[in-house]
Formats: sequence, C-alpha cells, structure tokens
Amino acid sequence: MQDVAVRSVTEVASDGVITDKKLRYKSGVLKYKQMGYWDPDYEVKETDILAAFRITPQDGVDPEEAAAAVAGESSTATWTVVWTDRLTDCDGYRAKAYRVDPIPGAPDQFMAYIAYDLDLFEEGSIANLTASIIGNVFGFKPLKGLRLEDMRIPTAYLKTFQGPATGIIVERERLNNYGRPLLGATMKPKLGLSGRNYGRVVYEALKGGLDFTKDDENINSQPFMHWRDRFLYCMEGVNKATAETGEIKGTYLNVTAATMEDMYERAEFAKELGSVIIMIDLVIGYTAIQSMAKWARKNDMILHLHRAGHSTYTRQKSHGVSFRVIAKWMRMAGVDHIHAGTVVGKLEGDPNVIRGIYDTCRETYVPKRLEHGVLFDQPWASLKKLMPVASGGIHAGQMHQLLTYLGDDVVLQFGGGTIGHPQGIQAGAVANRVALETMVKARNEGMDIWNEGPEILAKAAKWCGPLRAALDTWKDVTFDYASTDSVDYVPTPTPAF
Amino acid sequence: MRLTQGQFSFLPDLTDDEIKQQITYALNQGWAVAVESTDDPHPRNIYWDMWGTPMFDIADAAGVMMEINACRKANKGKYIKVLAFDSQKGFESVRMSFIIDRPAEEKGFELIRSEGPGRKVDYTIRSYATEKPAGARY
Repeated sequence: MQDVAVRSVTEVASDGVITDKKLRYKSGVLKYKQMGYWDPDYEVKETDILAAFRITPQDGVDPEEAAAAVAGESSTATWTVVWTDRLTDCDGYRAKAYRVDPIPGAPDQFMAYIAYDLDLFEEGSIANLTASIIGNVFGFKPLKGLRLEDMRIPTAYLKTFQGPATGIIVERERLNNYGRPLLGATMKPKLGLSGRNYGRVVYEALKGGLDFTKDDENINSQPFMHWRDRFLYCMEGVNKATAETGEIKGTYLNVTAATMEDMYERAEFAKELGSVIIMIDLVIGYTAIQSMAKWARKNDMILHLHRAGHSTYTRQKSHGVSFRVIAKWMRMAGVDHIHAGTVVGKLEGDPNVIRGIYDTCRETYVPKRLEHGVLFDQPWASLKKLMPVASGGIHAGQMHQLLTYLGDDVVLQFGGGTIGHPQGIQAGAVANRVALETMVKARNEGMDIWNEGPEILAKAAKWCGPLRAALDTWKDVTFDYASTDSVDYVPTPTPAF
Repeated sequence: MRLTQGQFSFLPDLTDDEIKQQITYALNQGWAVAVESTDDPHPRNIYWDMWGTPMFDIADAAGVMMEINACRKANKGKYIKVLAFDSQKGFESVRMSFIIDRPAEEKGFELIRSEGPGRKVDYTIRSYATEKPAGARY
C-alpha cells in the first residue's frame, strides 16, 4: 500500500499508533495512524462532536489511513511531526477516526466516522466549527474526493447557539396561521422590474390568497430598482392586501448587501416599515448569517434564508458537504426559513434525502435513519424549529404530492405557478390556495390523498375556475430526472470493515 | 369582502358534517378543541371571546358540536372559529384554526395611510365594524 506521505522514519515498522514517546515525536514524517488519529477502540463521549465523511482515497491508499488523515488535517495535525505537540494535551485534542465502513454500491468509497473533542471549538461559532471540519482537509491530495455527509452536534455545544430567531411555532402565532402549509411566491421576472411594477406583483399575489411573497436571491439594489424603492412599494402592496383580506401578510425583503453595515441599514428600514420578515442569502457567509439572526431575534423579525450557491458543494455525492449538514448548521446559526427541496419540482431532491433534511429542520429529536441519510441520533436540545421552504418548479396540480411528502410545517412557494397563471396573478394565487385548502381538508377527513389527489383537485376545479385553468395549463409538467444526491443504503447490516 | 383567516376560508362554507370531520381529526391527534367568537375580525385581534375553556375532556365530536351550537346560538351574526390546541412539547400552541360562521355582510377594513418624510408611509388597518360599540356591530 502506498503511504499518505513519504516517510523518513524508517525505524517504525508497524502501522499502528506509536506509543513510545521518543519515537513518536522524533522529527520526520509519520503515517496519520501512527500519530494516533485512528483509534477503532475509541469510546465516543457524550460531548464529542461527530462527523461522518464519505472518503474516496487515491488508488492504493489504505482507507483507515485516509480516515486518520482526515481526522488529523481537520484537527491538530500538520504534515510532519512537531515537538510542540508535547507542550499540550495533544492526545485529547487529536480528533479520532474510529470507524470506517464500505459504502454499498461504491467500491472505491468509504464512510469514515470521526470524533472531535468539545474543546476544539469556540462556543456559538459556525465559522469556527466549519474552519476545522471543512477547513483545509477538502483539498488534501491523498483523497480523490471527500464529502461531509452528516454530523452529530452534542447538546453541550448546541446550547451555545441561539438557534432560529423566531421558530415555526412563534412564526405561526405571529401570522395567526395554523393547520396548513404557508403559501408563497417569488417575484418574477427575477430582475428588471421597477419598484412600482414589482410592488404590483406583490400586491396581486397577496391579495389573491398567498401568505408571503419573496424577493429572489439576486434582488438587492440594482440600477433598475434600488432597495429603498422596493421596500416602500412592497409594503404598500403588503398592507393593502392585508386590509382587503383580513389576513397578516408578509414579503421577504432581501437585505443581502456588500457589507454588514449595509445589511443592518436595510433591515432597520424594513423594521421601520412594519415588515414581519426579512431575507438573506447563504452567500453572505456564516458569520453574517449569525449576526443577522441575532438582529432578527432582537427585533422580532422572521429571518428567511435563500440557499443561493449551495449546489456548488452539496449536489455531488463524491465531494462537498451534504445539504443535511448545511441545514443543521443553519438551524444552529439561527435562521427561521430555509429552502430545503420540493421532491417534485425542478431542483435536485431525492425523496429520502429531502425527508432527512426536513426532519433536521423541524424535529425536536432526529433519530439515526440510514435510509434518509441521517447517520447519527440528533437531539435538538430545545433549539427552535426551522421552517423548510419548498420552491422551484411546483404547481397546484402537485398539491397532494407536496402535502404528502412535506407535511404542514412548510412554505410552499409557487413563483411561476402563481405569476404565470393564464388569468393573472390573483387567479394564480386563488388556484394555489384553493388547491391547498381542499387537500388539507380532504386529508383531515381521512381521504387517501396520494391516490385520490388528482380527483380531489378536479372536483374542486368544477367550482373554482382559476384552479381549473391552472390544472389545464400545468397538468403535464413534471421534472422526472435521476437524482445526483441519493442515499447509498442497503437494508441489511453493514459488515464491519 | 370575505375574511380569509383560517384554514378553509377559500372553500365553500363548511357544513356541520364537514366541521365534525375536522373536529374528529383534531381529537384523533390528541388535541383539545376550542370555540371562539368575535365582532372585531381585525387581523391582529388575536384574542377572540372564548366559549368556555378549550374542551380538554370532551373526547367525541358530537359533544364538541353541542358546544359549537350553543356558542352559535349566543353569538348570532358574529364570526365564530374552531381551534385545536396541542399540549405536546415542541408545539404547545394552536394546530388548527378555521372559521365556521361569519356575518351575512362582512364589512372589512380601511387602510389608513399616514405620510411621513422620505416617502415613508405608516399604515394602520381599522375594522369598519368597530365604528360601533361592542354589541351593536353586526
């Protein structure tokens, strides 16, 4: 087997950890296993942070050594032995790879489990957590690919995070909206509308029956519409629609900007105007997200997160970070909404993977479910629940599938499926709301909506013209492509490696 | 205007049989059903008048329907809604809410705009119904 690095310590013959301190700390290069980053007998502590990495070692690299290397490079190790380790409690700080499993159906890939001591991390800091866990190690040459599949965050560490500023329960209480998914729409076209015209779309969609409208991820403050103008016109639309329906409405005002100062300024203005919700993009970075979450908690604001950019590192199974983990970090970081997949829409979403992500957002305790990609039990220690948002290529005709897959605590966002309605935006909103209420009512009555869904919708369409038009327009639209991010799982005991 | 608060306001008004099915669903989930009424349906009027406490100890929909009908009799021409409360940890809040009765004529709301500097507008929403004192609104 080829070694991870070329070694000069020739007198060390064994692969195992070197217990002789003099030999262990002699200048030169050792295998990571020899340095102590592989410990199959390690007993996981309740306070350990655990990570499961999918590793693809270079040809000839021993998987255990590759796992040990990941543990080393994501904790204390460097490429060569340093005597200064001996000034520290280095055995405690060293992360330990403690298990490596083959991955069913992927002969060159392995799942490596690594435990990290709590004291390796700063309290309440996603930036610090991620600087270790996904810091240097993803470019490490002895690996062809590396993917962070899941993490277990211990209660001791979770409790140092604020968690969602508002949470599902309080959001519903503020909106006075219970027992059904919330409805939203992203304003289209994404770019180019003037403030005045943009506010018109907001008003029409909310008046028609949606609870929320939304800026798209790339609407910030461009030449065609500067942010103050957008905020003012949007709030006219929100308040007018609220008065005409008697329902509390909101529009996610995107405060994403170049600097924190700009974002705070925009958020403050949204607050002054009485908006119930603001929005940020994932691309602003973890620290900025945590800052905005603290601001949102302090100012009674719901905080929507658009996951702009995530597919660059979540979509391929061989390399990157699974969205399960991103969702987990975002619940810790403190956002209230996160785009989490639709299963049936235009964007990536295997049903089992989506289930694992939704559970991560909404449950108080998420048990290990290999078939959902959930590799650890995760108690959430009373951190509030994060509302998943289903957005991207969904329409009224899929309502039975959406409700079955996604449940009640979700925002269903029909952008094109509202604004593209042949009879206008209000009619599009009516179609979605009628389809939703019809399906929730039928489910509660005990009907088999999965199988009878299309008939239930067709029946409602007899008295609701807008729904009829929506079903006629989009009845054949499906996005039936193979998922690139699915769960590799066979329902038999995995052999120990 | 039609007040569209609640789970089913976009559907034709629910029949008693349909209301009973929703109550059965709530009871099957282990939730306590409550009935509330108001003559001020302002979107931020959270606290409608309770018809007694939530019915923690009534386990059948027929019993709940009796209370609903009593509430209807005492509150003719007002808004009446049914709620379901979930005491389970992690929820401890309302899980269902739908309007079952509404006034024959729904007066709606006025949007009052108060213009400020910098093109800023402060908005106030006022129920037309509350022009009159409580008891004389519908």
